[in-house]
Amino acid sequence: MTTARRGLAPVRAVLDNGAVVVAKQSRTTPAVTINAAVAAGTIYEPAGLDGIAHFVSRTIDRGTSSQSADAIAEALDGRGVSLSVAVNRHVLSLICTCLVEDVEPVLSLVADVVMNATCPDAEVRTRRAEIVTMIRQDEDNPAVVAVEHLLADLYGQTHGYGRRARGSVASVESIDRAALVRFHAARFSPRALSLVLVGDVAPDSAIAVATKAFGRWDAPAPPPVELPPPPSASGRRTRVIPMMNKAQVDVAYGFTSLRRSDAAYYAYWLMNNILGQYSLGGRLGDSIRERQGMAYYVFSSFDANVIPGPLMIRAGVSPANVDRAIASIDRELERLAADGPTEAELMESKQYLIGSMPRALETNAGIAAYLQTEEFFGLGLDYDLQVPGLLRAVTREDVHAAARQALRPSEATIVVAGPYAGHAR
Amino acid sequence: MATLERARAAVPHVHEQLLDNGLRVLIQEMRTAPLASVWCWYRVGSKDETTGFTGISHWVEHMNFKGTTNIPRDKVKGIIEQFGGYWNGYTWIDQTTYTETASREALDRMLFIESERMARCLYDPADCESERTVIISELQGGENDPDTVLDQELTAVAFKAHPYRHPTIGWLSDLQTMTREDLYAYYRRYYVPNNATLVIVGDVDRDDAMQAVIRHFGTIPSVAVARRPLTAEPPQFGERRLTLSREGTTAYLKVGYRAPALGDPDFFPMLVLDAVLTGAKGLNLWASFRTPPPQRSARLYRALVNTGLASSVSGGLVPTAEPFLYTLSLTATDGTPLGRIEEALLREVDRVRADGVTPAELQKAVHQLRARLVFENDSISNIAHQLGYFATIADWRICGSLEERIGAVTLDQVAAAAAERLTAANRTIGWFEPLPPGSSDGTAVLG
Repeated sequence: MTTARRGLAPVRAVLDNGAVVVAKQSRTTPAVTINAAVAAGTIYEPAGLDGIAHFVSRTIDRGTSSQSADAIAEALDGRGVSLSVAVNRHVLSLICTCLVEDVEPVLSLVADVVMNATCPDAEVRTRRAEIVTMIRQDEDNPAVVAVEHLLADLYGQTHGYGRRARGSVASVESIDRAALVRFHAARFSPRALSLVLVGDVAPDSAIAVATKAFGRWDAPAPPPVELPPPPSASGRRTRVIPMMNKAQVDVAYGFTSLRRSDAAYYAYWLMNNILGQYSLGGRLGDSIRERQGMAYYVFSSFDANVIPGPLMIRAGVSPANVDRAIASIDRELERLAADGPTEAELMESKQYLIGSMPRALETNAGIAAYLQTEEFFGLGLDYDLQVPGLLRAVTREDVHAAARQALRPSEATIVVAGPYAGHAR
Repeated sequence: MATLERARAAVPHVHEQLLDNGLRVLIQEMRTAPLASVWCWYRVGSKDETTGFTGISHWVEHMNFKGTTNIPRDKVKGIIEQFGGYWNGYTWIDQTTYTETASREALDRMLFIESERMARCLYDPADCESERTVIISELQGGENDPDTVLDQELTAVAFKAHPYRHPTIGWLSDLQTMTREDLYAYYRRYYVPNNATLVIVGDVDRDDAMQAVIRHFGTIPSVAVARRPLTAEPPQFGERRLTLSREGTTAYLKVGYRAPALGDPDFFPMLVLDAVLTGAKGLNLWASFRTPPPQRSARLYRALVNTGLASSVSGGLVPTAEPFLYTLSLTATDGTPLGRIEEALLREVDRVRADGVTPAELQKAVHQLRARLVFENDSISNIAHQLGYFATIADWRICGSLEERIGAVTLDQVAAAAAERLTAANRTIGWFEPLPPGSSDGTAVLG
């Protein structure tokens, strides 16, 4: 068992079966957040079964070897607990908050779901129809359409970072119970589990409850999956997807960025904050929203991950302003790449990112999400104490170098989705 | 002591003071994190708008982030972020509010911002014009979502006369024609201390915080707020319907029932009834969207989602100053006709009208709602929101009695609320029927 001495000071234990448990006591409310992450995200999907990880997320809590879907629903609802199951590229997460007196039965139920899901046929049929409906809704949503096509264009449609997380109607219709059970058996293992418990429970007790729930689980370690690096950019590409029944156009403009483990991560973090986050959307917000009044929202985001994730700029604009908005994005990127940030901008963003940590770590759910990220990237139990120093050490030249490297309008991939029939470039 | 009893016992004291100029101040010390949250609430929302000026409350909210006499336009950016803080605002039917949450050291800065916002915003003509297109962009973003459009249309049909019928964002032509003078006059009319409640929650000293409030707000003069009486909604004598036919991929159904206001004895029985039908959402608008309700065993989920007719169902009952809507919203599973979903939904509604709910359902709903109250109070921002929200539409003291009011609801009250409120004559039914690409004329059909 290991702990950090100050700051959040969570306690981390590795159970005999390889499962990792991280516990943090917080007495703000008489409640506990349970955040269980299994390395069973979309990158692990077998070829041709796009969307199976998401499909598992919709069926995993719909029946186990000892409990029906109705029994699980009653057990959770009766305690006021809503279990959210979400999936991203790398992990499938089961997250809920319960009253402290319910932590043992609720964790036991979460463990049963994680270990013994059976995905009954009737549930598979019902949830498949739900997923098809969700995919149809996505296809009618310009924001989703723009982002999904941007990722497919940046990484390729078959790459783990480029595939649609929910798959296609065709792929989902081809997934049956047997495929779901196979995926569950292949990827769910104590060695793929990271469990975080945050709330009004002493760490020793939390780890004891976790051991009781998961300690006897035995399943082989899942095999690793090869994740190729993203293809190199080869010039500027623009894709227009006309959706003439809509009122507003969504623009997604992006690049691939860098790995989370890259030493330049903190310079990129600050660069992104200055470009499209700080206050109302950073420099992009100043230009496109505040000065030109073109968009209700414009921002940038970046996802440094196991491989270089996307750096993305998003804007919602009227059809008449698409070309002007893209030109403004180009101009702001060129300016930051050419001149770097000002000393004042760098100082402000550092103050903001460091100063906002207490807010991010105020709630049980916020702390649990933070500790899961810490665990996933192997950042260390005292990472919350390291962050201020890591950010303060970044120089203006570091951020300028990050901007030069990342922000290349001539290499940008752009997707325009909405009531636009022009020829954006 | 049981958990819920401990939570009740741990509710800290709220200090209330009414300044000479009419500003109501609520302060709650909470030392769970080195943070402070400030909310300034105004009793003005889209219900105060008249024809030709819909959306003005929301536009004024936007303008109140654009610089003041003592905060030049170019100093707005970063004014709270340099303290690691977050600031925002929202406008809805009964209220407009502004919030900052930042390190406790920023309390004076937050109060300075709010005092400036109350008395000294600039309304530069160029900023008003620039914001006009931003807000129209916000409106168009909402129009991209068929569910949002259906909600807006349903509300406009459910209310013939009461201004709750206006969308908070406003109607497009009003956004195109309102002037800077309209905005500024509206701002001056409603942004006065005697129309506001200031809430401070966090790691602060009560007396120091009150001194700072007096320093920043004490000299702002009170001005009588001339309110016209709101048009009362006349009784509804039959079911209303609308069908929205537009290009899309997915069909949506909404049923809006005239609902009790917060002050109506039926409000809490209806809240329990909603928990039985669709799962408990709680009472915090600021927090409730973060976590879906526990609804897998709820009646409508079982009858409509588990049977494969709908891919989602939700219920919406929020505390309002005047009677608003209890809305049931459903997404049709791909290929399922809306008529089948409506029939199944109304069958369940008729069942609960006829038979009420069971003791076990009542017990579960009450427990869910009580747990939700605990989960909602997990941050100083959420706690401060609730004090200000209830102060604006009724009385902040309701926050301390929510659990008791929920626990006091009886089977008979729920049955009576269902029987009286969920009638055909009290509802408006809205369909969104997707048309294939290229076939939309964009019309709403009333029937």
